[in-house]
Amino acid sequence: MTDITAPSPPAAGERYVLNPMYLFRWEPTQDAHVLLYPEGIVKLNQTAGDIIARCDGRRTVADLVGELQQRYPGDDERVAEGVYKFLEVFRAKGWIRRQA
Amino acid sequence: MPKDGSVVRLDGQGKPLWLVLELTYRCPLKCPWCSNPVDYARDGEAELSTAEWKRVMREGRELGALQLGFTGGEPLLRDDLEELVADASALGYYTNLITSGVGLTENRLRALKAAGLNQIQLSLQSSDRELTDTLVGARAFDLKLKVAHQIKAQGFPMVLNVPVFRQNIGQVADILALAEDIGVDYLEFANIQYYNWAMVNRDELLPTREQIDAAEREVRAARERLGERMTIYFVIPDYYEGRPKACMNGWGSIHLTIAPDGAAMPCQEARIIQGLEFPSVRDKSLAWLWNESPTFEKFRGDAWMSPTCRSCDEKEKDFGGCRCQAFLMTGDAANTDPACSRSPHHHLIGEAIARAHAPGRKVQPLVMRNDGNSRRLAQGGHGGKGGSGGGTGCGSGNARVEVDHV
Ligand code: SF4
Ligand code: SF4
Repeated sequence: MTDITAPSPPAAGERYVLNPMYLFRWEPTQDAHVLLYPEGIVKLNQTAGDIIARCDGRRTVADLVGELQQRYPGDDERVAEGVYKFLEVFRAKGWIRRQA
Repeated sequence: MPKDGSVVRLDGQGKPLWLVLELTYRCPLKCPWCSNPVDYARDGEAELSTAEWKRVMREGRELGALQLGFTGGEPLLRDDLEELVADASALGYYTNLITSGVGLTENRLRALKAAGLNQIQLSLQSSDRELTDTLVGARAFDLKLKVAHQIKAQGFPMVLNVPVFRQNIGQVADILALAEDIGVDYLEFANIQYYNWAMVNRDELLPTREQIDAAEREVRAARERLGERMTIYFVIPDYYEGRPKACMNGWGSIHLTIAPDGAAMPCQEARIIQGLEFPSVRDKSLAWLWNESPTFEKFRGDAWMSPTCRSCDEKEKDFGGCRCQAFLMTGDAANTDPACSRSPHHHLIGEAIARAHAPGRKVQPLVMRNDGNSRRLAQGGHGGKGGSGGGTGCGSGNARVEVDHV
């Protein structure tokens, strides 16, 4: 089940999964990850692609933050903030859903 | 999600991101707003073969196409559809089937699923059996509902496309309820665009401003009630907007349509425009057609624009509107789309609206899309002009396009 109720910000213990309506993959001609859905294309920047690739319903948000911090070492706090912000935006756009 | 029919633009970097294949003009239905050419029944070249379509798809991928639409006519009339879908999936396309539902059986659905089809867009015209069957000229309502449930049962994402006109605009609430019951993921109310058959029948089809407002209110209420369960689009008719639509994100910008006979077009309507040549994939490579064909070059950039548009601060937003509508209504495809209130021809829109709703106007029977009418109209009987293509036949054509980036 995925939630359809009023949005609340992502929390550390939650898991996210790609909306099954969307196809996520690497697209060589764009040199980027893309999301494809009925009549739509989203080209993702590298960070966005890194995050969505990890919205697999298994990793928690905390796992995700940890992995991104490893991938982008330096300012852990900024990376964490970024992940939370991205997740909230992606969820609002309907690309990912919170797993109950 | 983007707003009603809004277009978020991503520079296609010169790539034809969207490839639309009109596999055939043949169709079991007779919709009087059909987007196919009014003269589709004239003797022309044969439909592309399986091998030819496959070549088009391969070359499209090489040019960077990501989205592939199978449309028509009714694409299910091609018995190589499953084979083409399998090929397209292997090439890495996101595959969309745009269908009336007629001919879609449980078996074919399973085969299409196995072939990797990504989504199905089914057209529905009314929540009422009798009205649907009258409008499409065949007993289709029960079949469409059955097919809709089967599509969901097979686990396909589904867009329900409702072409909107005077005859069904009062049924928005009922259609919403029906879509909810089916479990539709995207519901698209697309006010039809007036080209081809819809142009022939414009006086009978064009709704009033009040009707559109009422329909929009229903949609807004439903959005609040349904939240994220269903995405509802409401594509507003440009006749009432004062601004044209950003047609195809600009001519030759991201869209490439191939007609059944292989003609390459910047949009499904483009053949309406007289004086333009539409070379075929039979004679030219897709790369040549996209990159070098004078037809595709013709309305790129802004050098071709009328002074009205070229000097306008909104030209990056709508590219001067629709070339086909400009041609159909003003006789010159380079004119500002008359849907724009800044167009010197904007009065033509007001006159069309007034004519369609003139008190005491004599109601005419709808001119159904069929071979007899097509041959008659091909002989030049009507303002629909001999031409091609379509915005909102069974599919949504250029009604909604989203390209976004993060
Ligand atoms: S609108 Fe679509 S279903 Fe209707 S006649 Fe045209 S191609 Fe066939
Ligand atoms: S004048 Fe041309 S560019 Fe300006 S809003 Fe109208 S159609 Fe668009």
